[in-house]
Amino acid sequence: MKINICENSFNSYEEIDAYEKKLNAKGKFGATASFIGSMRNFNEDKKIESMFLEHYPDMTESFLNQIANDAQKRFNLIDILILHRVGQIEISEHIALVAVWSEHRKEAFESCRFIMEELKSRAPFWKKEKTTTGTHWVKNNTPGT
Amino acid sequence: MQVSVKYFASLRELMGESSRLFDIEEKSSVDDLWQQIKNKKNVNFENVMATVNMQYVKSNHQLHDGDEVAFFPPVTGG
Repeated sequence: MKINICENSFNSYEEIDAYEKKLNAKGKFGATASFIGSMRNFNEDKKIESMFLEHYPDMTESFLNQIANDAQKRFNLIDILILHRVGQIEISEHIALVAVWSEHRKEAFESCRFIMEELKSRAPFWKKEKTTTGTHWVKNNTPGT
Repeated sequence: MQVSVKYFASLRELMGESSRLFDIEEKSSVDDLWQQIKNKKNVNFENVMATVNMQYVKSNHQLHDGDEVAFFPPVTGG
C-alpha cells in the first residue's frame, strides 16, 4: 500500500505502471481499477485559471491511511495506491489518483469508488480557485452518486 | 484546562489566524468551545466540521486538557 501527498505534479499513468511493476503479485491480480481527478479550466459557470489545495498536515495522511485500511477490510484487495496533490495546481494537472488491484473486477470497481467517495466527502483538503477576477474557496464537491 | 485550536481554509481566513490556545471549563464539549469562539470573534459560520486529535467527533464530544481541536468548512478534495 502506498499513500502520498505531494506538492509536485505527477503523471498518474506512469505512477500506476511503476507501482504495478514493484508489486510482488505477478499472476495474482486479474483486475486493476483507477480513478484520476484532473484540474478543469471551468467550474460551474466560472472560468478557472489555477487552484490552490490546502490540507491538514498529518491528519490528511492519517485519514487517507484510515480509508485505505477500511477498504482493505471491506474488499478483497491485493494492493492500493493513493496519490494526492496539495499546493499550487495548474490546468490539466492530475489532482488525485486512486488505483486498486484485486483478483476480480467487482472488488476493483467497488473499492476504487469507495475510496474516492470517502476521500471526497471526508479527507481534509480544501480547494481555492483562481479566476480572472480573484480567488474563492470551493464550497462543496459535486455529488459522485 | 487548555486546548489548542486550529482553523483551515475559509474559516482560517475569517478568523484571521490559523491557531490559538483556549482556556475552557472542565467537561466542555466541542460545541461549547465552538460557541465560545463564535461569541468571542463575533462570527457566523455555517456547516463547520470538527476534529479532536485528528479524529472526526460529534459536537457533544467531551474535551480534555491538551486536546488539539480543528474547525473547518466542508472538505473539497479530489
